[in-house]
Amino acid sequence: MTGNELLAVAGVTKAYPGVVANSDVSFQIAEGEIHALLGENGAGKSTLVKMIYGLVKPDAGTMRFRGQAYAPTEPRQARATGVAMVFQHFSLFEALNVAENVALGMENPPPMRELSSRIKAVSQEYGLPLDPGRMVGDLSAGERQRVEIIRCLLQDPKLLIMDEPTSVLTPQEVEILFKTLRKLASEGTAILYISHKLEEIRTLCDEATILRRGKVVATCTPRDRTAREMAELMVGATLTPPARNTKAKGAVALQVAELSVASPIPFGTSLKRVSFSVARGEVLGIAGVAGNGQDELLLALSGEVRTARDTVKIDGAGMGDKGPNDRRAAGLVSAPEERLGHAAAPDMSLVENALLSGAVRQGLIRNGFIDWAKTAAFAAGIVKDFDVRTPGTHVAARALSGGNLQKFVVGRELSQAPTVIVVNQPTWGVDAAAAAAIRQAILDRAADGAAVVVISQDLDELLEIADNFAALNEGRLTIPRPVQGLTIDEIGLMMGGAHGIEVAHHEA
Amino acid sequence: MLRLEKRPSPSRTWQWATPVLAVVLTMIAGGIMFALLGKDPVEAIRTIFWDPLFNPQFASYSRPQLLVKAGPLILIAVGLSLGFRAGIWNIGAEGQYIMGAIFAAGVGLALYPVETRWVFPLMVVAGIFGGWLWAMIPAVLKTRFNTNEILVSLLLVYVAQNILASMSLGLLRNPEGGGFPGSRNLGQIPAMANPELIAGTGMHWGVVAAFVVVIAAYVLLQRHILGYHIKLAGQAPRAARFAGVSPAKLTVLCMGISGALAGMAGMFEVTGPAGQISIDFNTGYGFTAIIVAFLGRLNPIGILLAGLLMALTYIGGELASFMLSLPSAAIQAFQGMLLFFLLAVDLLTNYRIRLKKREIA
Repeated sequence: MTGNELLAVAGVTKAYPGVVANSDVSFQIAEGEIHALLGENGAGKSTLVKMIYGLVKPDAGTMRFRGQAYAPTEPRQARATGVAMVFQHFSLFEALNVAENVALGMENPPPMRELSSRIKAVSQEYGLPLDPGRMVGDLSAGERQRVEIIRCLLQDPKLLIMDEPTSVLTPQEVEILFKTLRKLASEGTAILYISHKLEEIRTLCDEATILRRGKVVATCTPRDRTAREMAELMVGATLTPPARNTKAKGAVALQVAELSVASPIPFGTSLKRVSFSVARGEVLGIAGVAGNGQDELLLALSGEVRTARDTVKIDGAGMGDKGPNDRRAAGLVSAPEERLGHAAAPDMSLVENALLSGAVRQGLIRNGFIDWAKTAAFAAGIVKDFDVRTPGTHVAARALSGGNLQKFVVGRELSQAPTVIVVNQPTWGVDAAAAAAIRQAILDRAADGAAVVVISQDLDELLEIADNFAALNEGRLTIPRPVQGLTIDEIGLMMGGAHGIEVAHHEA
Repeated sequence: MLRLEKRPSPSRTWQWATPVLAVVLTMIAGGIMFALLGKDPVEAIRTIFWDPLFNPQFASYSRPQLLVKAGPLILIAVGLSLGFRAGIWNIGAEGQYIMGAIFAAGVGLALYPVETRWVFPLMVVAGIFGGWLWAMIPAVLKTRFNTNEILVSLLLVYVAQNILASMSLGLLRNPEGGGFPGSRNLGQIPAMANPELIAGTGMHWGVVAAFVVVIAAYVLLQRHILGYHIKLAGQAPRAARFAGVSPAKLTVLCMGISGALAGMAGMFEVTGPAGQISIDFNTGYGFTAIIVAFLGRLNPIGILLAGLLMALTYIGGELASFMLSLPSAAIQAFQGMLLFFLLAVDLLTNYRIRLKKREIA
């Protein structure tokens, strides 16, 4: 299956002011090999692939591609050599159609009609059906990823880099993507696969290079290792799963009935007759591929989008027509997915950001005047309780790293003795140790009698902390089911199955 | 090679240093311009910045003018700055200023010749109401129909100017004025006049109001939740909504405050320094206040200083064009430079300049 050496990276080092992103990194990929690059957030995976793709110039070290010296100064040069990359965040124009988007990524795009037929041919061959005439704004996340993959495949790459490709896919879609990748590999294309999902890597990859703090700490054959072993290599510590709460559930604290909301976001997904209820002490996990109504659900629950009175009830009182502060007074706190700009104001200090959502429940305002001393104490408490690494509470929110800001934002909500907690992507972009701390804090609040709704794209996280499980699919919510006894296939079907992708059916 | 590097947090030092640097750069560039026009640059700069205050010949006249001119500028600019901080762009303060004056004069003249103490306070209320009403037009159109408040408020200035012309020729014209356009002289009617409170200082009720408003705005922004919401809405609109701020309410509120203060400024002007409603009543305070608001970094204390500085360049500019026969266009260019340099060096608050050696390829 694997052949001659394709890419060799030797002693590559890259430092940014204050941090060494990569230090003396070496590894090799052979032709037709699926090679995993494994590591936590901030381990240096992205910097490494950006150097291979010509986006970043290494400070030291060399690379060889098919035996030739390889030092791309820009992505165009990398593409010309035969390196293609599918980014985690898509670079697509929603108001253009598929073929136009593909053409924008090419050096010399052929005439539209020819390009359309080539897109059709490649998508058929690799089991990624795609209509070249459709608007990208109307496509699901999985379909958008197909646009990116096909854009790469049209360049006939020798090495395909994929950055966290499955974070936007259902399990069935993942299965189909893997078939496509295996087929590509069997034809001699090497794949550099970046992920922190260990089970995926075990099923897909031939070799793995594990990075920690910018250094290669291990290489291994994933099939021969357990997921736990690899996780501990990745984190460099022994992991303890969070303690589950086994107490009996209380009364229903949050009830949502027939909630329909037109999306306030351009190209967003409207919620369609969403109904569920969460009891005190219960954690409801809501899964779903990105863009299926998660943001809208959070806005409707937090009160940023208002609906009919009785569609959202907190402790039995209709709250659908109330704004965020009335809901906070009633006991509901929420943490949006986007930290900078939504959950926190980037240029404001942590103290000012503590006031943002803490004003009502913490009593930080008297007669309209702000009690800054009390607010500062509240902020300092969050920093201490949630181990937020910061020089002080006076620094601007944007100066914190993503993980630390996430701890602050989630901590701010959990510190308010809430009865209902709604969080969207609580551990997105957070390192494993911090993620475990956040999950434990959420479980602790549930044990104290709070009703919790966790919206997440990380299935492992939901299975770890949720009592009941539901999935959002094109704005509709499935009926919640107990997590215990759910199989991964059932979960996949709840998430909308394969969104109509077919398995590769090319006979070579 | 010069390179810009984003600061982790905005620099507090530069926040205060940039206006000073901008003034210095304006003096240098303005001096070059005056030299090219064949005038002595040092003398020109001195005439603008020094003579109005300290020249024994002119100071007795021009020193009181400083407060007379700065008062309305500060009053309007503080109101505008609240909206600007929230990302609500009221460009039509000039129109709100005119309408405030018309409403105040209208109420006063309707009561003429009643001579009681409550006429003046009633006119203040009328002036505030007039400015507020004129600002509500763009505010309501924005919240209801999502129109652009910049455009609507600006165009309403020209409507207000036409109403002003019509008023001075028609409804409010002095019946004893021999057919000349313009209203009765309010400054000469004791119940309506806004006189100089301390002789030789230029201090009138409008200046007092400006100082009070500066302090009130400072407290609002530092200590009050409304001030916090205004800042939040400007910096991170989605976070503001998350904090429970209604964008529509905030728009109505900020437009209302800025309109009311502009109207108040118009009221004090028409009863004091201007004295009457006339076709050329407005002299651009509403527009200059936009510059003052930014020159003062949208900070009430800063606006107080910026208003005084701006008033100084006006008085000094007039003096320079009179004494040195500098063209008035050159004075305007000089004032324009001030805003230009201010916006340019503002970059230093968020970025630092780094010297970088050219990399060897």
